[in-house]
Parts: sequence; structure tokens; C-alpha cells
Amino acid sequence: MSFVEIKGQQIELDEDGFIVEPDLWSTDIAEYFAKEEEVEELTEQHWKIINYLKDYFKQFGIAPMVRKVCKDNNVSMQELYALFPTGPAKGACKIAGLPKPTGCV
Amino acid sequence: MAKIAKPAELLKNTGFDSVPQTHWMDTPVDFRPGTWLFPGKAESLIAVDLPNPRKWSPEDADWKLPPNWKEIILDGMRERLQRYRSFRVFMDSCVRCGACADKCHFYLGSGDPRNMPVLRAELLRSVYLYYFTPTGKTLGRFAGARELTEDVIKEWFYYFHQCTECRRCSVFCPYGIDTAEITMIGRELLNLIGCNIDWIVTPVANCYMKGNHLGIQPHGLVDSMDFLVENIQDITGIKIEPTFNRKGAEILYVPPSGDIFADPGTFALMGQLMLFHETGIDYTLSTYASEGGNFGSFTSMEMAKRLNAKIYAEAKRLGVKWIIGGECGHMWRVIHQFMDTMNGPGDFLETPVNPLTGTRFEHAKATGMIHVTEFTADLIHEGKIKLDPSRNDNVKVTFHDSCNPSRAMGLLEEPRYILNKVCNHFYEMPEETIRENTFCCGGGSGLGADENMEMRMRGGLPRANAVRYVHEKFGVNMLSCVCAIDRATLPPLMHYWVPKVAVCGVHELVGNALIMKGEMKRKQNLRFEDLPGVEEDGNE
Repeated sequence: MSFVEIKGQQIELDEDGFIVEPDLWSTDIAEYFAKEEEVEELTEQHWKIINYLKDYFKQFGIAPMVRKVCKDNNVSMQELYALFPTGPAKGACKIAGLPKPTGCV
Repeated sequence: MAKIAKPAELLKNTGFDSVPQTHWMDTPVDFRPGTWLFPGKAESLIAVDLPNPRKWSPEDADWKLPPNWKEIILDGMRERLQRYRSFRVFMDSCVRCGACADKCHFYLGSGDPRNMPVLRAELLRSVYLYYFTPTGKTLGRFAGARELTEDVIKEWFYYFHQCTECRRCSVFCPYGIDTAEITMIGRELLNLIGCNIDWIVTPVANCYMKGNHLGIQPHGLVDSMDFLVENIQDITGIKIEPTFNRKGAEILYVPPSGDIFADPGTFALMGQLMLFHETGIDYTLSTYASEGGNFGSFTSMEMAKRLNAKIYAEAKRLGVKWIIGGECGHMWRVIHQFMDTMNGPGDFLETPVNPLTGTRFEHAKATGMIHVTEFTADLIHEGKIKLDPSRNDNVKVTFHDSCNPSRAMGLLEEPRYILNKVCNHFYEMPEETIRENTFCCGGGSGLGADENMEMRMRGGLPRANAVRYVHEKFGVNMLSCVCAIDRATLPPLMHYWVPKVAVCGVHELVGNALIMKGEMKRKQNLRFEDLPGVEEDGNE
């Protein structure tokens, strides 16, 4: 557990660097996570995926299947990894403020 | 996540080259990043009433144990010695012959003496001797006994989470000591004072509240299933219609939830859905009993019982006659060895009978539950499904016996029988690494978290080594298995030790080969890759 200050606000992170309180998520935090996850700049394409993930999480309480992310956003797996070099689960979900999935995954 | 060393470096850095400088009792544990797992989150402990929820880290000097932690542990040991005769026998009967020493994948990959099963058991046995035997009480360290201290707790936490409860060592023990059960007791005791790992506790909490480890809610399950159904339609042209929570169905089907969420498990699940559709069996899934796996069994017997109860409860509520379980690993230790007496009796169910072949699965009379490969192997054996194995000609397949289906239920022939019928190129790994001698994936029993990556790569080395052998000798490029933890942990293991070998469930290959009534000409396999020969056809 650790804290990071983003725009004057103390944000708690878990051991994997994921946000502990998803409700505190903001675009500033997304920008901070993006740097951590090797994303130079958040483009429109990034935001499309981030917003998709946030909406899905809001509706279903879990991240969607990676292949579903690709299909629904009309991107290939390679394109998704090009956008989020550390991967959809670790990179994209972290930036979108989703918790990390656990279990047989 | 800790950065992991390159394979060659990892191999150089083991305990095999040097003799330890201090007695193991005097060697403190080094919580090196990459070799231990994050502690359970307080809210997850609270969700399932586990004691001592708090924020802590194994790296801290103060683990914030309850003030009477020592009393709790010793009372816990006493209670378990009375309750489980096996525990006392395992504590008393070991002669330290060392037959188990080099059978453990974690020892082979790390060279850490405390990863020899005999010494791992000794971590607990030394405390047993000191407090529960006259010899240990009188002779102390001379008799291998030692006092229980906080350092001992730290050592237990580290090493009982460096055992995957795979039971390979027990195959070689002349006394039949089951080291997995010693680890299970060790973890139960640690749980009494709140020393557990998040990769186990959070799935347990999810499973208790939402029915599955991932915490997928009913509408999420349906949404994911709809996606897989769409995939199947894209590939075969056939729209299948799986049902959830349907009362009066003949069969309840319980897969591991990982297969509904993550590749390559989803492909294996698609194969099973296609097979069930093709055979027309009357089955239903459940949004409540939506998890075959049982991380409760890595916590305590009570927790295993609590989580597993939903399977029978749902079978009863829906009024099914029998149950098919999916390609899950440790689930089968619980189902095959514990469920009947733990959650049963299952006498409200019938002995499973394959409606297509009439085969009675007499061995499953007590539980009313069979493994999906038993069902499929029977269908193939009786000629009830049509297969085109050439659709899997792009892969050269080997089979990793998942620890629990092989050693806990003896499921050795069925997957092999199926693989030999659904693909043309199947090769076995060396015999000392398969069947009941199988080597663990390195991340079973809840140890598959990313922060544990170094230990996973070390523990998975013997398995990877055997895969490398068939990869180099026969060109094997596909490692099949019947376990969702395997499908999560083997891909990074292969990537690290044997790149170019992919991982799949057995039923992914079944789904590829299965000729369905009314299907369109298949152009792609379940991964949406071109089938072998498709390109040539196009060029004609």
C-alpha cells in the first residue's frame, strides 16, 4: 500500500499500483497511471478504450474479456497492445481505475 | 511487479552450488521480491469472517498479530491433531529418508533446502515435537524440536506459500505422507491469526458473495456467454442457446469461472458448449453455482465446505439428475475426495448416465458428478460424434496432466483418449513427468499471482523442461491441459522457458475437430486463426 499525490490529492494505491478507491478516479489520475504504464500520451483512441472499460465496469462490476474489448472497439489484439504496452489487464484497466482481476486468470 | 531475471541468470542463481552456512532453524527468511505473495486485503477477510483483518506487509517487522497469537496457533494444532488422525500420523511417521526431497518442483527450481518436502513438513513438525511430544519437550533441539516464535510464523507463511499442494512428493513417500495435507494444515493455522494471501482470500470472498472467484455477477456471466455464443456462430454458422438456472434440466454443468473470462480458457469452454449443443443433452448452467474451483480449499476445510455447498444446493434447487464438471484442476480434489461427506450425501442425485450411449458412470454414484472428459471420451468411444482431426493439423500437441485430476482422481486415460482422436499429432512428455508423476505448473493452489513470478518460473522449471524436450524432439507447439489455473499460469511459463509453445484446454481441440450438423464450411479454428489448408484452397 502506498499513497501518491496527484493534483494536491492523496490517492491510495495497492501493491500492484492499482487505485484502491475507484470512486476517486479522475482524468488527472488516468494521466498519472498512463505514464506509469508506458503510455506517452493519452490519445482519442486511448480514451475510447478507457471509457469503454469504465462503462463496462459500471454495468457489470468486472472488466470485460480482452477479446470482447477488441471486438466492441474494432481494434485487433496487436493494436490494443500497441496502445497499452503493458497489456489490457494491467495497463488499460489500471489507467481506467478498475481493480485487478484475481483467481484463475 | 518485481522484475524477473533472464532464464540463464535464474538458473545460475540457485541453492545447489553451496552448502548452507547456518542450520535451517537459525536461518531467517529472506522476503525477496518475486518470491512471496501480497497479504489478504482486509475487506476480503471481513467478507468471509476471517480473523485479524488489517493492513500489513510480510516485509514489515511487525505483522500485527493478535496478542494471544501463540495460544491460538497451539490450540489450533491441538484441535487438528484430535480431529485429523492423518495429521498426527504424518507428524509422527516420517523417518527423514529424503525420498521426497528431489521430487518437488520448487526445490528443483530453487535449490532452497526448505523447499524439500521433508524439510517443509519439518517446519511444522518441529513445533509439534516441542509442544505435543515428551521427547521434544525434554530434548528440545536435540530431538528436532523448537519453540514457536514470530520468526517461525514468518517462515511458515513464506514456505507454505511455496508449496502448490500438488502431491507429487507423496507419490514417492514410502509412508504415504501427504505433504499437501501438511501444507493445508499449515495454511489453516496461519489463517487463524490472519496471515494469508490476497490471491486466495479475495477470490474466496468473491466466490462467497457472487458464486465465483472473479466476482462475475449473473448479468455479467450472461453477457460473457453471449459473446462466446456469437463467436461460435461466426465460426460455425450455428447459433447455440445455453441456458442458465433452468429448472428441470437433466444435467447441471459447472465450469471454472476463469474459462468464462480469460483466454485460452474461453476457447475450451466454447468447445464444450459446441459439444453439448451437438449432442443435444438437456443441461443448464447456473449463475449461482458458477465456479467449479474452490480457493476455499487453500484456506481451510470449513471454507472449502462453505464454498462448495452451492453446487449441491443448486443441483437440488433446479432438480437436475446429475452434474458435469468442467476442465478445472483442484476442483476435482474437492469433488472426488471430499464432497460426498463434506456437502453430501449426494443421494438426491442419480448415478450419471450418458443419455446418448447409455453408459452408467458407476464410479460417480456417490457424488453424482463426472468430469467433462469422461463424458466426451465415452461419446467418442461409442461413435456418437463425428470428428475431423485434420482441423488441428497446425498443432503438435502434448498433454500436461493437471496435478489434481491426475493424482487426486486418477483421470489419466480420458484426456489422452480424446486427444488421440481429435488431433493427428500427439506426443507424450517423458514418463517421469506425466500421469501420476506429473510436474506442477508452478502456480497452483492460489500461488499464480504476478508478484510471485520468480517463484512461479522456478517451480515451473521441471514442467517446462519436459515441454522443451518434446518441443525440440517432435516440434510440439501446443501444451494442452484440463485446468483453468494451468491455462492462466502455463502461458507465461512457456513464454519464459520455451517460447513458441502455446497452451490450450482439451476441449478447444475437440471444438475444432467436431463436425456439427448443419455447420458452414469451417475456415477458422476457435482462435479465429485460419484452419490448416484454407489458404491453399483459396489459391486454387
